[in-house]
Amino acid sequence: MTEITELTVAAIRKGVAGGDFTAVEVAEAFNANVAAASQLNAFIVATPEKAVEAAQAVDAKRAKGEDLGKMGGVPIGMKDLFATNGVQTTAASHMLEGFVPQYESTVSQKLWDAGAGMLGKLNLDQFAMGSSNETSYFGNVISPWRRKDGGNADLAPGGSSGGSSSAVSARLCPAATGTDTGGSIRQPAAFTGISGIKPTYGRCSRWGVVAFASSLDQAGPMARDVTDCAIMLEAMAGFDPKDSTSLNLPVPEWEAGLNPDMKGKKVGIPREYRMDGMDPEILKSWDDGIAWLKDAGAEVVDISLPHTKYALPAYYIIAPAEASSNLARYDGVRYGLRDLPEGAGLQDMYAATRADGFGPEVKRRIMIGTYVLSAGFYDAYYNQAQKVRALIARDFEKAWAQCDVILAPTCPSAAFALGDKTSDPLSMYLNDVFAVPASLAGLPAMSVPAGLNSEGLPLGLQIIGKAFDEQGVLNAGLAIEQRAGFTAKPEAWWK
Amino acid sequence: MSEYRIQGATGEWEVVIGLEVHAQVTSQAKLFSGAATAFGAEPNTQVSLVDAAMPGMLPVPNRECIRQAVRTGMAIDAQINKWSRFDRKNYFYADLPQGYQISQLYHPLVGEGYLDIAPDDKDPENTKRIGVERIHVEQDAGKLMHDQHPTMSYVDLNRSGVALMEIVSKPDMRSPAEAGAYVRKLRSILRYVGSCDGNMEEGSMRADVNVSVRKPGDEFGTRTETKNVNSVRFVMQVIEYEANRQVDVIENGGTVDQETRLFDPDTGTTRTMRSKEDAHDYRYFPDPDLLPLELDDAFIAECRDSLPELPDAKRHRYENGLGLTAYNANQLTADVDVYQRFEAILAATAEKVGKAEKDVATQVANWVLSVAPGVKNALDDADEGNDTTAANAAIIALSAAGTVSGGQAKEIYEIVLKTGREPDEIAETEGLKQTSDTGAIEAVVDEVLANNADKVEEYRGGKDKLFGFFVGQTMKAMKGKGNPAIVNEILKAKLG
Repeated sequence: MTEITELTVAAIRKGVAGGDFTAVEVAEAFNANVAAASQLNAFIVATPEKAVEAAQAVDAKRAKGEDLGKMGGVPIGMKDLFATNGVQTTAASHMLEGFVPQYESTVSQKLWDAGAGMLGKLNLDQFAMGSSNETSYFGNVISPWRRKDGGNADLAPGGSSGGSSSAVSARLCPAATGTDTGGSIRQPAAFTGISGIKPTYGRCSRWGVVAFASSLDQAGPMARDVTDCAIMLEAMAGFDPKDSTSLNLPVPEWEAGLNPDMKGKKVGIPREYRMDGMDPEILKSWDDGIAWLKDAGAEVVDISLPHTKYALPAYYIIAPAEASSNLARYDGVRYGLRDLPEGAGLQDMYAATRADGFGPEVKRRIMIGTYVLSAGFYDAYYNQAQKVRALIARDFEKAWAQCDVILAPTCPSAAFALGDKTSDPLSMYLNDVFAVPASLAGLPAMSVPAGLNSEGLPLGLQIIGKAFDEQGVLNAGLAIEQRAGFTAKPEAWWK
Repeated sequence: MSEYRIQGATGEWEVVIGLEVHAQVTSQAKLFSGAATAFGAEPNTQVSLVDAAMPGMLPVPNRECIRQAVRTGMAIDAQINKWSRFDRKNYFYADLPQGYQISQLYHPLVGEGYLDIAPDDKDPENTKRIGVERIHVEQDAGKLMHDQHPTMSYVDLNRSGVALMEIVSKPDMRSPAEAGAYVRKLRSILRYVGSCDGNMEEGSMRADVNVSVRKPGDEFGTRTETKNVNSVRFVMQVIEYEANRQVDVIENGGTVDQETRLFDPDTGTTRTMRSKEDAHDYRYFPDPDLLPLELDDAFIAECRDSLPELPDAKRHRYENGLGLTAYNANQLTADVDVYQRFEAILAATAEKVGKAEKDVATQVANWVLSVAPGVKNALDDADEGNDTTAANAAIIALSAAGTVSGGQAKEIYEIVLKTGREPDEIAETEGLKQTSDTGAIEAVVDEVLANNADKVEEYRGGKDKLFGFFVGQTMKAMKGKGNPAIVNEILKAKLG
């Protein structure tokens, strides 16, 4: 029999339900992998007892012949941006070090209700701000992947869901939650050879998820394949009256609806995503994707998304603007870090607490956001960016007259080495260039592995769909997955 | 009404006043959370995770708060905006957990409306129309407590997130009296609608007072804003002080600074809180946690249908339908508690005496406005619980039927307030009834006239003033229980 930790969510669920192994055996197998992988620094806190506890409950249900749920017996990793009742929730910031919520985020609660168990809280970029998981207060996450040049350079797992991507690709968990504000699920999935979907904005409740940029933040699953993403997204999604921006729509049966046959479907190829000086290997994998989807029966059409080049600048105005306000609550008054120098007044406490509690990237974005909302600059920046956002959404609307889904690279490059881009924030931000337009338009988008580059590192392909059409995205993803035949996995050098 | 002017060294100055009234919305729950809103609860007991701005918490608009603001807008004939939006007003303070207040800057819920005010209480028909610029809804902040610890301040978040309506007037007022009338009228309407209890002492209604001065006919001068003024009297004091201060500044060659000021009730003066240079940059932007607020027709219709009869309409009905004097009608309709008491007692009295309301309205109005308060205020051991509608109606009915005199009615009311006994029973047992038996009265009158034959002669000789003497003697002989009307009638007849 295959090692349990090599199994997908679907296989684990089936194995537990069928009695091939117990949920506790599954939890213990993954707990062991988590314990052995501290070098990757994927988890901020491991919660092996939580995983076992949930597994025992599933095994007990099975003994009584009860329904085990969509995620019955599957242990998962929880990005440490989701509030978990009684378990430290930090957003990877010193600001929230030691903060233990007395509430459970809607999404994590739905997963537990569906029979999943928690292996631990996954590392991430601080407050989900970053593309390489190098801004965490709790240290960099290291990708399990290495270049085949023998250099053994530590590579970035992507960000901000870098703990999630690293852990899933290293088999520390079969699946993990991620959140995506401007690519934070898709880019790390691409960097580590796994799948991840950001659903339509509003599909997953934001209640209990530490906010970065409210109008963009969306939770989604990261897993080894498309089917697992469909299964887990079904468990995570759903209307939540506690989130005013939550979609009041029934959750489709995405798993049951999976169908890789693309006959009659049109796939749009946006010409603006083909940029000067693009990595030929990225272009090649894009061409592979086009060929695979044609092979699956799709018709491929050229489309134009004319405002694409304005997406990244607009994103880096809107997201920091919202963040500057969302993060104002971390002031040392009620919870989290408080720095109160001797004799300090309120303003001093704010200054000391926030100077100490936030990392440099968080501070940078708070300052950018504060600036673009300031009197005299608001119209030139924030308002202008909102107009651009509307134009980008309109680009997509027009495109849907010509196609059903859009295919593009997930990122402009494969994983880079840790430290490569930390001194140049702009080059770091450029990582999100293909991911950000779908975020601004609130559209579902996923990344699936397309193959390895010449360095032996994974490359991802991105599928963007119409609002509410996660099914179309997942189906195209499945068609690619079946043809890409991606089976590569990192060697377990950390064990 | 004479115009209010400040007499300066350089001539007369006109005062221009605008008010921003913050009114706490009456609601079981806060604007964006399910937490309760009771006043005076133990600190930090009315606080949800949302109000404390815990990580990941999200606001969800409370329908009832929106409904109350819409109804308030309708009550001042204002435009109701079917599409409005919430904005964040960003600033740091320890009583503001989110680091921003959710408010409405760009697209308020309620647009332009107006209030008709009567600056002179005695002349309710002499009104002036004051424009209302807008009403928007926003969150209240918590409260700092500086008296709990020698070196630290504590924070009470009970009020954090409670819904406020900010009602912004146009700069249409020209005197302290007008501003006072505006606040009173607004308070009255809010209480009628039920959208705010109008309790200024508890802070559920407070005003930011904008004042500037100018030579009559000139352009507006530079204004100052005095924050959080919490009584009608203080509002008027602020205006008077500020107007005079500004005139002094200008006449001494200075300029008025556009600034935020604070009122000191102990001295009746204002002082600078922060100048324009120190003004916050609030970095307003649309709250991305909230969708725009869209009101459907059914919601708006329900708001309109649920509006009560408003003060002006009620006042006119009292005058024209019930035949009350303008003064009484105004007094009775100024406050919810008063009109509710009046209408309850009126209905009960009309039923008890079997007459139409308009036939007893004047009597009930006099009772409610002057007789009853006179008795009650003189007592220090009245039990409010005894002051029932039924008891009041019963006393008025006894009085209307001539069973008891005005004085007896007061005595009965006094006993009712102290003991809760039934008015009819009191009149009976305590002998508090007047005699309307013409035969009995005639007998007494005959005796009085017989005993005072000389006076009778004098009266008949033209000394009319003696009539009062005969009334007095008769009443005295009847121990005050003769029905005065009948006594008069019989005396007149007998004296020819």
